Amino acid sequence: MLYREAGDFKTSYRDDGQTFPIRLDRWAYYAALAVAFLIVPFIINDYWANAVFVPFLIYAIAALGLNILTGYAGQVSLGTGGFMAVGAYAVYKLMTSFPEINIVIHILLAGGITAIVGMLFGLPSLRIKGFYLAVATLAAQFFLVWLFNKVPWFYNYSASGQINAPERTILGFAVTGPATSAPAKYLICLVFAFALAWVARNLTRGMSGRKWMAIRDMDIAAEIIGVNPLTAKLSAFAVSSFFVGIAGALLFSVYLGAAEVGEAFGINKSFLVLFMIIIGGLGSIFGSFAGAAFMVLLPVLLKNLLVGGLGWPTDLAAHIELMIVGALIVFFLIAEPHGLARLWALTKEKLRLWPFPH
Amino acid sequence: MDQMFFAAEVLLNGLMTGVMYALVALGFVLIFKASGVFNYAQGVLALFAALTLVGIQQGQVPFAHMINAMFGTHIEHFGWTVPSVLAILLTGAVMVLLAFLIEKLVLQHLIGQAPIILFMATIGLAYFLEGLGDVMWGADIKNLDVGLPQGISETIETATAEWFGYGFFIDRLDIWATLIAALLVAALVGFAQYTKQGRAMRAVADDHQAALSVGISLRFIWVMVWSIAGFVALVAGVMWGTKSGVQFSLSLIALKALPVLMLGGFTSIPGAIVGGLVIGVGEKLFEFFVGPMIGGATENWFAYVLALLFLVFRPQGLFGERIIERV
Repeated sequence: MLYREAGDFKTSYRDDGQTFPIRLDRWAYYAALAVAFLIVPFIINDYWANAVFVPFLIYAIAALGLNILTGYAGQVSLGTGGFMAVGAYAVYKLMTSFPEINIVIHILLAGGITAIVGMLFGLPSLRIKGFYLAVATLAAQFFLVWLFNKVPWFYNYSASGQINAPERTILGFAVTGPATSAPAKYLICLVFAFALAWVARNLTRGMSGRKWMAIRDMDIAAEIIGVNPLTAKLSAFAVSSFFVGIAGALLFSVYLGAAEVGEAFGINKSFLVLFMIIIGGLGSIFGSFAGAAFMVLLPVLLKNLLVGGLGWPTDLAAHIELMIVGALIVFFLIAEPHGLARLWALTKEKLRLWPFPH
Repeated sequence: MDQMFFAAEVLLNGLMTGVMYALVALGFVLIFKASGVFNYAQGVLALFAALTLVGIQQGQVPFAHMINAMFGTHIEHFGWTVPSVLAILLTGAVMVLLAFLIEKLVLQHLIGQAPIILFMATIGLAYFLEGLGDVMWGADIKNLDVGLPQGISETIETATAEWFGYGFFIDRLDIWATLIAALLVAALVGFAQYTKQGRAMRAVADDHQAALSVGISLRFIWVMVWSIAGFVALVAGVMWGTKSGVQFSLSLIALKALPVLMLGGFTSIPGAIVGGLVIGVGEKLFEFFVGPMIGGATENWFAYVLALLFLVFRPQGLFGERIIERV
């Protein structure tokens, strides 16, 4: 009875076009924000931050980025891991070269650098489409990982070939380095995730988003009605890589603290993020978050269940997790190709009519 | 002079590696032609086949690790070993069963979906099979030995040493792999051209609807094609497994088949072979001449970058059908 448009009178176009047209949705959204910003930071501990919240927020940013490229603009990319590595190494070089500048600026710059690299690897998309493009983006993945492995300048000639995040502070609180507290880690990721989700939502419902979707649905037809494929595709690559780069920068500096490129940003990362958007829902902001939450929580749950509950060895649990993830992806593609976002939308449709069937 | 002979040796070895790539690529092409599915899982199929072969050969108990964890038992082996030939036959049977299950449980439900959805489904399948292979047979690196000759071929070394004064180093396994691959391709072409099922397969590849309307069972053809792809994967898995042990990286090596396909074109069997040879030779020569200058290990990305550059100029690959787009 509560979940209705009825009685919620819109008196301006602005009201009419808002993201959450139903009052209850708006309240839920504000409530979620309030909990995330005002309650969680005070009760979070190291386990919850490291196992659940921080990776969830970081992967949500990466999933948002890939969703812009694949879900909205229709360009399948398997190079996400490589682009995350660009963000991570960019932020590392910036952090160590200009220690006095604020880390937030470094992270944003790292995103910008990744955007440029992404555009470079996006250029072939003007000629190559579909599968061919997906495989072509593998070139980015393997080439970038190799580059960061082989050129010592990128890892400041350290003997181990690893990169380690030095300690940086915001307002006196450490956000990177080993001394970082759980709330600080959580809050910086939350701020980035919130701001970027807001940007993504507004980009995708504006002119650029419509152009991306036109290109996705049929590029030749889009070109005929006046969408420039060059700017549309390259802007999609740039924006997507910006998001992915920031995710990579956060993953390295805030979450991992130390990273080795082949291990932290290998091809598996690319697939992981791709799975997030498939399971969450292609072309949906909510879906990016839902998919990231699902893929982050699933291993934690399975591990707790199989290792903690049944006492199975961890390697066996890891293999079974692979099986379950694979089976779930196939299941989702068969049962609901539009992912969790679609299920959520269907639930809302039902709620709107409840308690009546039609 | 020695440098030149050395380059020639690198080239020959590149050709041999290329044959291996072509073997995996063949499986991709077969499935893509017949069902329009871009089968990412081909590499994992090879891994799974190799794992199963080793498991059967050495009489491992399937799911031993899981059973032990569940019931606290300590079973590992049945205590027998199976002769190679029988083990290969049994593995072949497992691959056919797998093909049937994939068709029944996955492909059947995805008829009419966009190609990209099917592609992602095969990624899911790849993950599932990888996990299944590990759970069934254990994730440790295994040695595969089905009696193929290995090691340096001394005949060639002494013969070339006599002719050129430089002994070529060629692995006997590579020579065998080349022979077997050639036989396999000949058999596949023969099958596609001269048998009833082969003709039906080509009809399905040409046009699903038209093939259905003349009474060809799409489901049967798909099961058959996936079985053949499984068989090709088995051969590739045996070769790679004998060469470098049965381990997870096998499925990554198979990723290399993707640039091979892009070079050769997704729809062409000769393309897969030529593409494989070009990539195999290309990456070895590049590593030999340019690699030392830029830090080595260029084999990881050379194939992809080559394919990427190539595609910019010829999007359908060397032998692929011309892409015609209509609005």
